[in-house]
Amino acid sequence: MHQHTIFFQAMVFLAAAVVCVPLAKRIGMGSVLGYLLAGIIIGPAVLGVIGTERHAIMEFAEFGVVMMLFLVGLELEPKLLWKMKASVLGLGSLQVVITAVVLSVLAFLLGLDPRIAAMVGMTLCLSSTAIVLQSLKEKGLLDTTAGENAFAVLLFQDIAVIPMMAIFPLLAPRAAPGGHSEEATAWLSRMAGWQQSLIALGGVAGIIICGYLFVRPLLNIVARTGIRELFTATALLLVISVTVLMTMVGLSPALGAFLGGVVLANSEYRHELQADIEPFKGLLLGLFFMAVGATIDFKLILEKPLLILGLVLGVMLVKTLVLLALGKFFTLSFRQNLLFSLALCQVGEFSFVLISFIRTTYALEPAVTNLITVVVAVSMVLTPLVLMIYEKWLGPLINDGPEDVVREADVISERSDVIICGFGRFGNMAGRFIRANGINATILDMDSDRVDTLRKLGMKVYYGDGTRHDMLLAAGADTAKIIILALDTAEKNMDAVKVVKKHFPHLRMYVRAVGNLDSYELMDAGVLHIYRETSDTSLRMGADVLVALGYRAYHTQRAARLFLRHDDRLLKELSSIHDDSNLFEHQMRQRIADLQQMMESDKRNMLREDVGWDTESLQEDKDIQ
Amino acid sequence: MKKILILFAHPVYERSRAQKVLATAAQQVQGVTFRDLYERYPDFDVDVQKEQQLLQVHDIIILQHPLYWYSMPALLKQWIDLVLVHGWAYGHEGHALDGKLFLQALSAGTQQQSYAVGEAHNHPLREFLYPIEQTAKICRMQYLPPFVVHGVHHIAEPELLAWGEKFKRALLLLQQSKFTPAVWQQAQYLNDLL
Repeated sequence: MHQHTIFFQAMVFLAAAVVCVPLAKRIGMGSVLGYLLAGIIIGPAVLGVIGTERHAIMEFAEFGVVMMLFLVGLELEPKLLWKMKASVLGLGSLQVVITAVVLSVLAFLLGLDPRIAAMVGMTLCLSSTAIVLQSLKEKGLLDTTAGENAFAVLLFQDIAVIPMMAIFPLLAPRAAPGGHSEEATAWLSRMAGWQQSLIALGGVAGIIICGYLFVRPLLNIVARTGIRELFTATALLLVISVTVLMTMVGLSPALGAFLGGVVLANSEYRHELQADIEPFKGLLLGLFFMAVGATIDFKLILEKPLLILGLVLGVMLVKTLVLLALGKFFTLSFRQNLLFSLALCQVGEFSFVLISFIRTTYALEPAVTNLITVVVAVSMVLTPLVLMIYEKWLGPLINDGPEDVVREADVISERSDVIICGFGRFGNMAGRFIRANGINATILDMDSDRVDTLRKLGMKVYYGDGTRHDMLLAAGADTAKIIILALDTAEKNMDAVKVVKKHFPHLRMYVRAVGNLDSYELMDAGVLHIYRETSDTSLRMGADVLVALGYRAYHTQRAARLFLRHDDRLLKELSSIHDDSNLFEHQMRQRIADLQQMMESDKRNMLREDVGWDTESLQEDKDIQ
Repeated sequence: MKKILILFAHPVYERSRAQKVLATAAQQVQGVTFRDLYERYPDFDVDVQKEQQLLQVHDIIILQHPLYWYSMPALLKQWIDLVLVHGWAYGHEGHALDGKLFLQALSAGTQQQSYAVGEAHNHPLREFLYPIEQTAKICRMQYLPPFVVHGVHHIAEPELLAWGEKFKRALLLLQQSKFTPAVWQQAQYLNDLL
């Protein structure tokens, strides 16, 4: 097979990932470093299996970053964003401005034109959302103070790219038209600087408006068809369209996707979209890391090792110091501050986009942009190493009192202890009751009309299927404690039970059963908390009828409870013998007769059941007279 | 005319003899509010506001119940715990019940003689009622000596009906404020004053 077919490339990349990532994880380096190493190994530096086409792959792999930002956007409801405003706006803006200014000044001192130095400074002040989030998530550090603040800073950086993209055309010297730049970019670069800025802002506004006006109704229509893969297709179409549109107007697709995500974060389809995009994102992000590894120009490094080392360490040191100072200002403990600063000290993937922008405007000669690209890539490769060093050696050295790892509020994502699958006639009663008592459950439901209605009532209901592993994961099944299964049919409920048992064995299941037969199945599956949907209500009605006939209310209340206990016991006995269907049928008939008998004896004995208040025997007892 | 509220508690009223006679008699008296707690709150879910409202509009509060384990049926204790709350019934701010009359109407299985030192129950009955008496007092109510029907395990029907009439008479006299503290403080049981 020829070396350049897409299948061959796919094989190489996948093989490299499959070999390197588990190895890296085994040594405790994390998957990001594993992917980067895999990229270096298959790249021109070592094996050279992937050669000149690596830039094309890079472009493709950047789509993984686009998807990741779409997902990041999805996690960020405007409300959460508002809650994080202090750290996003305060910490984030200060980091971007101060770091950009310091690096710009240094670039200027190194002999760059002031305007270009400003562009370089802005480019390098950004950190890598992909690497930081992935690494912190893997180490379980996202919920720490450091993790949350890092996330806030990354978020501000992602937003800050908008004005940067808008400012760059104003800063850049007039570009030479034509050349090898893309057609769309050429069209854009023929505009005056202010026109380009206007187009950039128009693009952003367009995405927000389209998201609200068209995408939600579209998702609604697609969901109503009930065809799963069509929803996946729509989700992909969404992200890809944003990418194409943004590229056409010369903006960062990642940014567009992020905005698209934020626009849809409030929608009922959020979890469904997350579940659909997640696997693609994971793969493409891995590809992206490998491409970063493969793009590292080792020839350049070998030619000027000291210069590059100096630049990389210089940039990382400046960024770390600025972050440390800001962390101190924002009263982070030293331990958390160090993690926060080291996590964000690399240069990020947005920088590649900005650098390529600088390149297309011919503001800087290729030798310099290549140099910057290498610096960025190396700093990214070093980050997981730095984090590993922090975790293994630096962290344990610092001892500043009790670890402030756990912070109350779930800022990053809306996670809750309880997940309710199915918000129909049964689930909604249980769910409303739980919510009324202050427990914020995550609700999944498959009826899009119902989801619409409930959302209009101000409830947080998401469109999704509780029988799917990825959907449950998106709803937070990995961190939740309890799952309520009240799906429409007994079969679906059973499917969900199997999925939960297999993938989330830690979850306690509270399952609604339709009748006796599915109760047996649920018991066989090991479900401990089973609720037959009619047993309580029907008994209550029976009790009320007795009262209407003149029975004492308290007697009927106790009789109903007693009856329920009898019935549960009977159900358990039946369940233990129902495996053999022949035997079962026989036993069933037998049990129906038993039940009849039991009910009759209940009726006779109910009054005598409570001997606590019985005085008959007492009347005979001479000792107590 | 004073307004009387009877809080009646009997978990197995359908099997009761003595309390059935007393309850029937009480419900025949005009102007008495008879409240059957076990019928109203079979799940022990007492409506506190409603109960407090009722207490406020009545002058005489009567707890009517069989004596169980020298005390009251569980729901009545639940009722007391939930309804007579600090800041409403007692305490610096709690004056809702000030000056109301408080009476227990009891039935006990055995004779009065068995409630004495050295006998089956080893204490006079009034001693077993101290917790309730003090509850009434801390709510600034006036505790009347209890109305007690003894020996209901073996009581004959005609005698029981006579007790019903006695209870009716006691309620009428209470309505007309015929008892004075000077008199009732001397009495062991309210029965003795009839």
